Amino acid sequence: MNKLILIAGGSTLVYAVLAMLMGVLPGIELSNIPPGPGVNPLTALEAQGRAVYVANGCSYCHTQQVRPLQQDKVFGRPSAPGDFTYQTPELLGSERTGPDLTNVGNRQSSVVWHYIHLYNPRAVVPQSIMPAFDWLFQVVDSAPPGVTPITVPKAYAPTHGVVVPTRDAHALVAYLLALKQAPLPGSAGESTEAISGESRTGAQASTAAPSAGSGEAAKGHALFTATCAACHQATGEGLPGVFPPLKGNLAVNDADPSHHIHVILHGLQGANVGGNVYSSPMPPFGATLSDADVANIINYERSSWGNHGAPVTAAQVSAERAKSN
Amino acid sequence: MQTSVTAQRSTLPRRDEQTLRSVLCAYMMSATFWLLFATAVGVLMAYKFGAPDFWPGPWLTFGRLRPIHTNDTFYGWASVALVGLAYQVAARSSRTRLYSAKLAWAGLVLFNLAAVAGTIALALGFNDGNLEYREWPWPIRLIFLGALVVTAWNLIGTVARRNTEDIYLSNWYTIGGVLWTCIIAVVAILPWYQYGLGQVSVSGFYMHNAVGMWFTPLALGIFYYALPKLLSRPIYSYALGVFAFWTNLVFYPIIGAHHFLFSPLPWFLQTTAIVFSVAMLVPVWGGSANFLLTMRGRFHGMAHSYPLMFIFVGVIGYLVGSTQGTFEAFRSLQEVWHFTNFTVGHSHLTMYGFVTFAIWGGIYALLPLATGKRPSELGLTLHFWMALVGSFIYIISLSVGGTIQGRDWIHGLPFIQSVADMQSYWIWRGVGGSLMLLSHVVFAWNVWRMTYGVGASTSQDAAPPTEGAAA
Repeated sequence: MNKLILIAGGSTLVYAVLAMLMGVLPGIELSNIPPGPGVNPLTALEAQGRAVYVANGCSYCHTQQVRPLQQDKVFGRPSAPGDFTYQTPELLGSERTGPDLTNVGNRQSSVVWHYIHLYNPRAVVPQSIMPAFDWLFQVVDSAPPGVTPITVPKAYAPTHGVVVPTRDAHALVAYLLALKQAPLPGSAGESTEAISGESRTGAQASTAAPSAGSGEAAKGHALFTATCAACHQATGEGLPGVFPPLKGNLAVNDADPSHHIHVILHGLQGANVGGNVYSSPMPPFGATLSDADVANIINYERSSWGNHGAPVTAAQVSAERAKSN
Repeated sequence: MQTSVTAQRSTLPRRDEQTLRSVLCAYMMSATFWLLFATAVGVLMAYKFGAPDFWPGPWLTFGRLRPIHTNDTFYGWASVALVGLAYQVAARSSRTRLYSAKLAWAGLVLFNLAAVAGTIALALGFNDGNLEYREWPWPIRLIFLGALVVTAWNLIGTVARRNTEDIYLSNWYTIGGVLWTCIIAVVAILPWYQYGLGQVSVSGFYMHNAVGMWFTPLALGIFYYALPKLLSRPIYSYALGVFAFWTNLVFYPIIGAHHFLFSPLPWFLQTTAIVFSVAMLVPVWGGSANFLLTMRGRFHGMAHSYPLMFIFVGVIGYLVGSTQGTFEAFRSLQEVWHFTNFTVGHSHLTMYGFVTFAIWGGIYALLPLATGKRPSELGLTLHFWMALVGSFIYIISLSVGGTIQGRDWIHGLPFIQSVADMQSYWIWRGVGGSLMLLSHVVFAWNVWRMTYGVGASTSQDAAPPTEGAAA
């Protein structure tokens, strides 16, 4: 009997001590980290959205942690301990089958895009393998007063009726849009360098994407892919009836770039492109993109898909920014 | 002492034999059901990677199926099978009867109750925070904890009544494993101390300990018992087994944070985890060497004994999978592989290549001894080869694909490119997974033949069952 007590009891005692040291104590200690500057608790609606996120296991494919690594810069600045004070349950995740969502509210701020994407991801990202969350929506004959139906592209829309979000979808999108990194003090503007960052350093240039042509053009392409392509699509053709095309777009080919610059800096409501009016608003990017980034994106748009707009400089963007301030 | 293990003839009264037999049969049937269910869910998920709109709707969405697959594999299949085998090992190696058949039945009911309730809860969207392997709502995890407590009590009671002087090494591992896991379960359930980043550190501790302090020791317990039994020769070095026991106990609990390298967890915690991940090579290589040296000189004969082949694959899975784990913990490699499908390949190499093959070896070694019924040679052959080839395809495709995924990110390609590049590897994964599922169907048939069905008898005098060598 003594041997049994020694082996079972002794090893269990050792294990209990180790569990205390490696599990419980760090748990207690790290639970008390104060929130970082600008990190706030979720609102009731956003918290409900997080519950929908958890119930459907979103974090099995989407992480919410940005590592201090070059390849993570597209997702935002490196996560800091203070970012997680209000994140219980923790949703850091272990798989990135889909992109990281730490900063998705800043990266992808279009409500309409999120609704369409949830209803059927392939409507906006053809190669996506994310499940459709169409049960978070209702198909009704006509939208009830005060509710805007979602403009689902024809190929994915129900044969009759309109698609309206349920309360769960509404909450989930509110949560996703609340996923915004608060800027760290003293590092303003770092996130704007992130996307094109890798081709800026000489060491990285040689290992950068093989598609990289000249440095600036490659930067513009990368920035466009990360910032604009979700709605306007990689083809520049947009989504008929939902997101306007940039291909052949008059503003993009206009010799005077001020309107083009203005729209990217300040967003746009009710765009009229080629006689079609688009109801989904374009979010402003003035706060998240630097002048050089905006210029690179504009030059990429003006030289792609058969467009022939005059190139712009960062100084022009800067002037336009100053004009409206 | 080791004679009690290599002995081929039972000394128990017939009634106690029957109890042991019926407990083992019931545990194996139940475990087999969960294996089939969890694998079927896995194959459905694999299919969804290529056809995301297949079988839509909330209940069958990927994010709900995924925890069902992992939890039922862990707590339905592997846990029930390992506990069933642990009872058998405890009673036989101690030359005594089971302490309490009632407790064994109660444990089986609790394990199954937890797995059924957990599956339904997850399907309905009741997921406790997406915290890996502890997703079941806490009342359900309490049921599982109840099953663990009952099991610990019963195993300790059995070994306490042993008719041998020493406690055989297998029982160190199994009793230790069950007791430690009770602690892990309590640490995971208590909510009052884990918020935000604190919960992250508990997750790191939990997700690795739930695997390494539960499945690993119980599976090793099978190796230490089944190998001497099948080979009729004692384990190569008993002392090395004891050494591996204590080093495993001390090193394993410290490595959990390596699941969160480059996260905002304190850097020293991550570094400590890396250091001890390297230290894990000591018990892993020591243990594997011990098993392989026990088999020395017998590798030629191995081809004639499927139980031995299963155990051999399990030992290699333990060696390769755990060593791979050490390497994955290095920051330089983690930079490429973290968050990719490589990790999924790794978890299948360990939970399948090691734990599941060990369980199969244990079942094919011990079940025929208890029931006197053997599976057919065809069933064994089909099971072994389909499972082996299937898991090879599965693991290799995800390892290669995962590396490409990680390289895509490092090269700064648009994210969707990493999804597109994985497509062909996901198809191969599905092929491997389907083969694995097929092998499990054959395994279920084998289990049926060894338990309630009409299997070939192991010897001429069928009753009472004699302990003839399995091969």
